[in-house]
Amino acid sequence: MATSLTVNGAAQEVDLPDDVPLLWVLRDALNLTGTKFGCGVAACGACTVHIDGQAVRACQVALGDVWGEVTTIEGLGTPETLHRLQQAWIDHQVAQCGYCQSGQIMQAAALLAETPAPSDDEIDAAMAGNLCRCGTYPRIRAAIRAAAQEA
Amino acid sequence: MASIGKIARRTFLFGAVAIAGGAAFGAWYVSRPAPNPLQPGADEAALNPFVLVTPEGVTLIAPRAEMGQGTQTTWAALIAEELDVALADVQVMHGPPAQAYYNSAMMGEGLSHKGYDASSFQHSLGEAMGVMGKVFSMQVTGGSTAMKDGFERMRVAGAGAREMLKAAAAERLGVDRASLTTRDGAVIAPDGTTLPYGELAAAAAELETPRIRLRDPRDWTILSQPQPRIDVPGKSTGTATFGIDVRPPGLRFAALRMAPKGGRMAGFDAFGIDRMAGVEKVVDMGDGVAVIATNTWLAQQAVDAIPVEWEMPDHAATTDEMMQAVAAGFATEPDSRFRDDGDVTDLPEGAREVTAEYRVPFLAHATMEPMNATAWIDGDTLRIWCGNQAPTFLQAACADEAGIPAERVEVNVTLMGGGFGRRGEFDYAVLATRVAKAMPGTPVQLTWSREEDMTHDFYRPAAMARMTGAVADGRAVVFDAAVSAPSVTAQALDRWMGFAPGGPDKSIVDGIYNQPYGIPNYRVTGHKADVGAPMGFWRSVGASFNGFFHESFMDELAHAAGADPLAFRMALTRDEWLPAYYVLEAVRDMSGWTGETPEGTGRGVAMVYSFGTPTAMVIEVQRDSETAEDGTVSHGPIRLTHAWIAADPGIALDPRIIEAQLSGGMVYGLSAAMGEEITFAGGRVEQQNFPDYEPLRMSQMPQVDVQILETQERLNGIGEVGTPPAAPALANALFDLTGQRVRELPLRKQFDFYI
Repeated sequence: MATSLTVNGAAQEVDLPDDVPLLWVLRDALNLTGTKFGCGVAACGACTVHIDGQAVRACQVALGDVWGEVTTIEGLGTPETLHRLQQAWIDHQVAQCGYCQSGQIMQAAALLAETPAPSDDEIDAAMAGNLCRCGTYPRIRAAIRAAAQEA
Repeated sequence: MASIGKIARRTFLFGAVAIAGGAAFGAWYVSRPAPNPLQPGADEAALNPFVLVTPEGVTLIAPRAEMGQGTQTTWAALIAEELDVALADVQVMHGPPAQAYYNSAMMGEGLSHKGYDASSFQHSLGEAMGVMGKVFSMQVTGGSTAMKDGFERMRVAGAGAREMLKAAAAERLGVDRASLTTRDGAVIAPDGTTLPYGELAAAAAELETPRIRLRDPRDWTILSQPQPRIDVPGKSTGTATFGIDVRPPGLRFAALRMAPKGGRMAGFDAFGIDRMAGVEKVVDMGDGVAVIATNTWLAQQAVDAIPVEWEMPDHAATTDEMMQAVAAGFATEPDSRFRDDGDVTDLPEGAREVTAEYRVPFLAHATMEPMNATAWIDGDTLRIWCGNQAPTFLQAACADEAGIPAERVEVNVTLMGGGFGRRGEFDYAVLATRVAKAMPGTPVQLTWSREEDMTHDFYRPAAMARMTGAVADGRAVVFDAAVSAPSVTAQALDRWMGFAPGGPDKSIVDGIYNQPYGIPNYRVTGHKADVGAPMGFWRSVGASFNGFFHESFMDELAHAAGADPLAFRMALTRDEWLPAYYVLEAVRDMSGWTGETPEGTGRGVAMVYSFGTPTAMVIEVQRDSETAEDGTVSHGPIRLTHAWIAADPGIALDPRIIEAQLSGGMVYGLSAAMGEEITFAGGRVEQQNFPDYEPLRMSQMPQVDVQILETQERLNGIGEVGTPPAAPALANALFDLTGQRVRELPLRKQFDFYI
C-alpha cells in the first residue's frame, strides 16, 4: 500500500512497508541521497533532516510515523539558491570528506531557526550529536557564527 | 589525434623531466610506455594523460583519491599553475585506474634512511625506486604522498601542455613561440590575437614537446594561495556523489553478514527469507550471506533474520592473548635496528636512568561512510562504483572475482566519506562483485551496516614499547627503545599484490627510529610480533603509536632531568635538525609557553617527524576542583581548551587546506587517544557502533591555532602528520595537570573527560 508524504514541498507516494525508516525511503525510494547513512542508531547525526522544521534522525523515524513535512538538505537550498548556512559552509570551506556535512547543516539550520544568535556553548550543545571524523568542528562553529550574524 | 608512439614517447619524456639526473636511468631501465587511459575521441587530443583539451574546455585529471584531504583541488592547481587556466574554468576528474598514474613517492618511502637526513643522492634514489611503482601498477593514494608525487610531475604536465599549445599557435600565426604568452586558457599573440586552447589542441598534439622550464615559485599565482576546493559546493548542498549515492537505472540494494575475519560460515538457513518484504534474492557469499532487495533497510532486515552458524577464526580469541603475543615479540630476533648511535649501555657518571613500558590498542578506521560498492555485470563488462585509494589493485581483484580480464572491469572512483587507510583495501568491492554475480544484468549496491563495518575492518595493530633512557646535566644521554608490533606491511602487500617482500618492516618503528633529536646514545629496535588479527594502514600508520611512545617517554626524560619539556626538546633538536627546532619554537611562541601552568590547567608538548614533516603540538587541558569542608578534593571533568600546532612541510601549496589537514589529523589522533579501542572476545570484535567506539565530539573540541613553516627545501607530507603528536601532547598535558603518567591508551580509562 502506498504511503503519501511531502518532501521538500513535493507530494510523494512510496510503496514501502510502514516500518521502513525515513532515511531509507529518502535514499533508496526517492533518490534523495544528500541525507546520509552513518550508524543506523542515532549516534552520528549524518541522517539529520527536518520534520515540520524540527531536526530529527531520519534513521529513527519510521515511514508510518512521519508526522509532517520533510525537508532534506536538497530542500534547504540548492547550488543555485543556497541557504545562508550552505553559503557560510562554502565561505568557510568547512567540508573535508563532506559525508557528515548534510546532517551538520540540517542540525545547524534547526538550531538557528530556534536560537537565531546562539552562544558558543549553545552551538556545541546543539551540534554534539553530529560526528565528524575529519575534525571539521572549528570551521563548523565559525560557519554557524557567521550565518547567525548575517541573519 | 596523436599516434600511440607519440603518446608513449611523451609519457617517457615527461618521466624523464620529472626524474632529473641520475634517477632518470631507473626510468629508462624499468619503464614500459604506460598506455594512455583516456582514449580521446576523434576531435580531442590527449596532450598527456593529465590534461585533456577539447573545444568544450579543459579537463584536468587528478588520479588521486579525494577522501576529504583536498588532494584533487591541489593536484589540479599544480597543473593549472603552469597551464595558465583558472581552477574555476576547468573540469577536474579522477580518471580511470591506470599504470600511467603510478605513485612514485610512495615507493620511494620504502627506503630506510631516516628521511630528514637524506642526501641528494638518496633523494634521487628514492625517485628512481619510485618508477618501480609503475611495474606494480601502484596507483595509490596514501602515505601522505600525493603532493610529493605530483609536485614536479603535474607542473611539468601543465607546462608541457602549455608549450605545445603555444607551439601550435606559433605555427598558425607564423610567429615565434617565444613571443607568445598564455592567460586564462588561451594563447595570446603580441598583437593581442587570442586563441583559446580548445582551438589549438588538435594541432598541438601533432607537435614535439618543446623544452620547458618550470616557473619560479615566486611567480606563482594559484599555488601557495588558498583555493576554493572544487568539491566543497557539492558537499555543502547534498549534491556530491559518494559511492553510496550512485544510482544507476534499475539499481537493487544489498546487505550482508560475513564471518568474523579469518573465520568461516558453516551454514545458514534462508527458509522463508525470500517471502520477506522487498527481498529478491538470498546470496551464499561463501564466508557469509547477503540479501538483495528493493531497499537497503529491507535487505538488512532480511539478512539479519537468517540463522547463520559461524566458525571462529584460528587466531587468538581475546585481546589479552593478542597482547601476550605482542609482548612475546620482544623475545624474538630483532626485525630492524635502523638507529644505533653511540652505545646505549654506556651510562655516563651521575646519569639518572628511567625505564617505562607503553602500550596501545587495536583501532578501527570508522569512516563516516560505511564500506559500500556498487557492481553491475553488464554483458561481458563489470562496472564498479566506489571510493577507493588503490583502484588498480581493486580492478585486478574484482576481475578475479568476476572471472574476466582486468580490462573488462570499469572502475569509477567516487568521492569517499573518509578513507584514513581503510579504502586502500578492496574487500568491499570484491564482495559487491560477488553479490552482483548472483543477478547478472542488474546493478547492485552493497552497503555494510555500521556493525559490519566496525567488526570487519583491517585494524591499526596493537603495539608495545619498552624504553630505557638516561639523563645527565639536564639533557638526554641515552634513549633505547624496543617496539613490538605485528607487521601491517606484510599483511597489506600480500592482500594488494599477492606477495609480501621479505626484510624488515619499517612501519613497526616509523615515527620512533627517525626522530630528529641529537641524543648521543640512541637505539631503536623493532620486533615483529605474531598476531593473526586482520590489520591495515591507519592514518599515519606506525607513527600513530610510535609518536605516543617516543614523545611520552621524552617527557619522562625531561622531568627526570628537571628540565622544561619544551626547552629540553629544543636543546636536543637545535644541533640535529633545525626544522624540528623551528616548529617547537613556533608552538612555544604561539602558546605563550612559560613552563608554568596555574592550578587547574595543564599543558603538554610533543613533536613528531613523520612523512617528511616535523609537527609540534601544545595541548592545554583544564578542570575545576572543589575542596569540601573535610578537606577532600573533588574534580570536575577534564576539558581540552586549546591546541597549537606548527608544521613544516617545506612548501605550502594551499595553506587553508593544510590548516584543515593539521587540525583534522589532530582530531583523529585525539579521538583515538581519548576514547577509541577495539577489543576481541571469542575471536570476534566486540565494538559494534559509535556508542561503543566513541570519537571526539564538537563539545570536546579545543580551539586550534595552526602555523605553517616553510624552512625545508623539499615538499613533504601533510595529510597524516597532525595525528601522531596528538596523543602524547594530550597525555603530557594530563601529566602536567594531575601528576599521573599514563602509558596506555585510551586515556578515558584513567581520566574523566568532559562530554
